[in-house]
Order: sequence, then structure tokens, then C-alpha cells
Amino acid sequence: MIVVVGAGPAGIAAALAVQECGKAVTVVDENPSAGGQIWRGDPTHRWVARFRAFNIPLISGVRVVWGYPAARTLVLEDAVGARRLAYDKLVVAVGSPEIFLPFPGWTLPGVFGAGGLQALVKSGLPVRGKNVVVAGTGPLLLAVAASLRKKGANIRLIAEQTPAALLWPFAKQLSGRASKLLQGIGLAWDLAGIPYAPASWVTAAQGDGRLQRIVLNRRGTLVTEDCDYLAVGFGLRPATELAAIMAGPDTIVAGTGDADLSLLEGRIAGYTAAGDLEKARGLEPERDQARTFAASIDRTFAVRDELRQLADSGTIICRCEDVPLGRLEGKTCFRDAKLHTRCGMGACQGRVCGPALEFLFGWHGASPRPPIFPARVGSLLSEG
Amino acid sequence: MPEIRVDGMLVNAAEGVSLAVALLSAGRTRFRTSLSGEPRAAVCGMGVCMECRVTIDGQPHRLACQVQVREGIEVRT
Repeated sequence: MIVVVGAGPAGIAAALAVQECGKAVTVVDENPSAGGQIWRGDPTHRWVARFRAFNIPLISGVRVVWGYPAARTLVLEDAVGARRLAYDKLVVAVGSPEIFLPFPGWTLPGVFGAGGLQALVKSGLPVRGKNVVVAGTGPLLLAVAASLRKKGANIRLIAEQTPAALLWPFAKQLSGRASKLLQGIGLAWDLAGIPYAPASWVTAAQGDGRLQRIVLNRRGTLVTEDCDYLAVGFGLRPATELAAIMAGPDTIVAGTGDADLSLLEGRIAGYTAAGDLEKARGLEPERDQARTFAASIDRTFAVRDELRQLADSGTIICRCEDVPLGRLEGKTCFRDAKLHTRCGMGACQGRVCGPALEFLFGWHGASPRPPIFPARVGSLLSEG
Repeated sequence: MPEIRVDGMLVNAAEGVSLAVALLSAGRTRFRTSLSGEPRAAVCGMGVCMECRVTIDGQPHRLACQVQVREGIEVRT
């Protein structure tokens, strides 16, 4: 049997490709239903509907916490117990979490990831009448602002750290890609009237026990903006932990970018897992094009150096262990910081502070060790 | 509408929402208390940041953003 981990765009595309080849497939996902973060709560989306129509077995609400590539076995954990799942081929399609960067006050309740607030709203969080600032960098900010506004949020501002001089050439390039253009026009309609500030970023979040206002560097001038929620994100970055511990000849990794690229990578992974290499190869030129486009997004929205200066010595860097920047002074690498401060050793296992430390100091995290998510001892001891 | 108990207080949640959404909708902004005593609430909304950890029916460290509300659950923040 072929097992696909992740029921987002890449996982859905992979599972459908496997089934098209007439092979048995099972999908495992930690969320209550299929669709991943992007199509969460949208069962009518074309791909989600197809996935359901084909009755592909889905084990939802479980997390893969460990695995044995040589024995071709995964260890799954849910709310009550653990079990093992054997596979012949494994497709890892676990998606890309958001990148968070520290600034004073970023730990206040009411400060969310950009995709994070969108995910919560898709899960039913009411935002009607809420004052929301969307900030950070990348095309996701536009999609988030549009979807929050549709739910009645009062979007005060989109603060995009990239300067206008880089945004315009990027926008022109979009017009060469029909699907992206259509998406862009739709967004422009949804976003009409929302102030969009390039070369602007949040320098601090303030409030008593929860977010009440932000300080914004708006093209060089510091201004204060009252708000209920801040949605701030600095792009996406593929989750690599499961792929790393399951690396081997029977593991295929897919879904390292936006939805379009993830769908292509997912289909290629599915055909490859099912043994139809010809079909897989046929999609490679299209995938390469999508990767080139994704790389141009990354270049355009690269985070500027000024954002390295936002955190002060008291700003928490590791949210799990409450390690402030001041305690990291003099540390030479991530391992040094871990050993002396417990930075990156808490519940999220460095998933949040890892990319921040890479940005701030150029440190790279140590290779992941199982369990890749906090797991109960019983799960790790479980038999069969 | 499912009724849940949060730190001993009754909270009415909307049908089919995640526990994180139910808590935020009810104005609860302290999901957990950090090591240095700060209030923390959900950030990533997708089970990565671990800031939304709560105790559900005696089980510690459950992620509120990944759990659907069910009638009668007992939540401790």
C-alpha cells in the first residue's frame, strides 16, 4: 500500500494520481478533514471535492510522530492512543508552515501568523468589525486580507516590507501568467479601498495582556495604529522533519511551495510511488516552470536587513522556553544556544525560533530527531 | 450549540468550530501561561507553534487549534 502523509494540495494530488494508476492508497492527516491549510473549511473546492468523490481512505486527526524507514512503518498518534502503519511507498506531503520573526510584543495574545489568523477564521473565528492589521511579506498577505475582509474584518492596513521598486517588476511579471493574473484581478477587487503600504513593517506590538496597538515603520516614519488583531507572516517554509527522519529509497517528498507547485509535485510523487514514471516525467517541465516562479517570489520578498534589528535584549526569541535575545548573546551556534539556554528545546522543537535564529544569526538547526512532535511515551512503546 | 466548561466557567461555543476558535470567540486570550508568566494564545492556527496548549478533560498539552469542540468538555488553561 502507498501511504500519503498530508491531505493538502500535494497530498490530495498524490493520492489521486496513485488511485488513477489503480494502486491502493491511504492518506494520513492531522486535521479533522482534508484540504490542508489552504482549503481548510472549503469542502467544495475542486480538488477537495475530487478527493472525496473518489472515496480515498483518510485517517484524520492523527499526527505522525515517528517512523522507521528501513521497516517501512510510521507511528501515528491521536488523542487517545498510538498505532503503527506499514507502507510500501511513502509520500511525505506535509506542507509549509509560516515563518515568524521576533519583534517586541510579538508574544502578546492577538498577534497571529498571517496564515495563522486565516486558518482560525476558516475554522470559524468571527472577525466581523474587528480592526486587523496584516503585515510581513509576500503574496499571502493579500490573500489573507481579502479573505478576512470577506468575513467582515476592518482591515486597517497591509504593511508589506518589500519596497515598491521591487513590487512593480514582480506585478508585471504576474501578467505573463494567466492563472496568476486572474487570481490577481480577483484579489484587486476584494482588496479595493484597503491601504497597501510597501516598505513598511511592524516594529512593536503593545497592549495590556493582549494586543491593543502596533507601532509601524511606514516608509521611515514611526506611526501607531490601534488594532484588535495583527496577522503577521514572512512567507512559508517547507516542514522538513518527517522527510528527514524517513529519508530512504521508498520515500518521496512533495509539496515544497505554493498550491500550484504543490499540486504538480504531488501528482509527480503519486505517479512515481505508483510506478508510472512516464507520467511523472511528463509533468516535470511544468513543475520546473512553477519552481522558477516560486524562486522569483522568494527573491522579490526576501526579508530586509532592518528587520534583524527589531528585537531588543528583552524580546523573547524562543516562545516555548521564554529565552530572550539578551541570553543568546555570545552564543556561537544553535547547538550552543540550546545547551546553555534551552532555546529551541521546548514543545515546538524549534519550529518557530529556528527560522528566526537563521535570519538573525545565520544559525542552522540540528538535524531532527524522533519523535518529531511531542509524543506520549506509550506511543513510542506501542506494539503493532 | 455545544456548551463547554473553561476553567470552571460555562462557555457556549459555535457548532463545528475548533476549541481555539471557541476560546477566542469567548474573549479568552490566555490559553496558557508561559514560563515567565506571560499570557499566550494561538498563533499559527495549524498545530506548529504549540502556543494554544490547554488541558482537555484532564489530558495536558492538547492543541486547541487542532481539536473540535464537543459538548461538555472540561478545559483548563
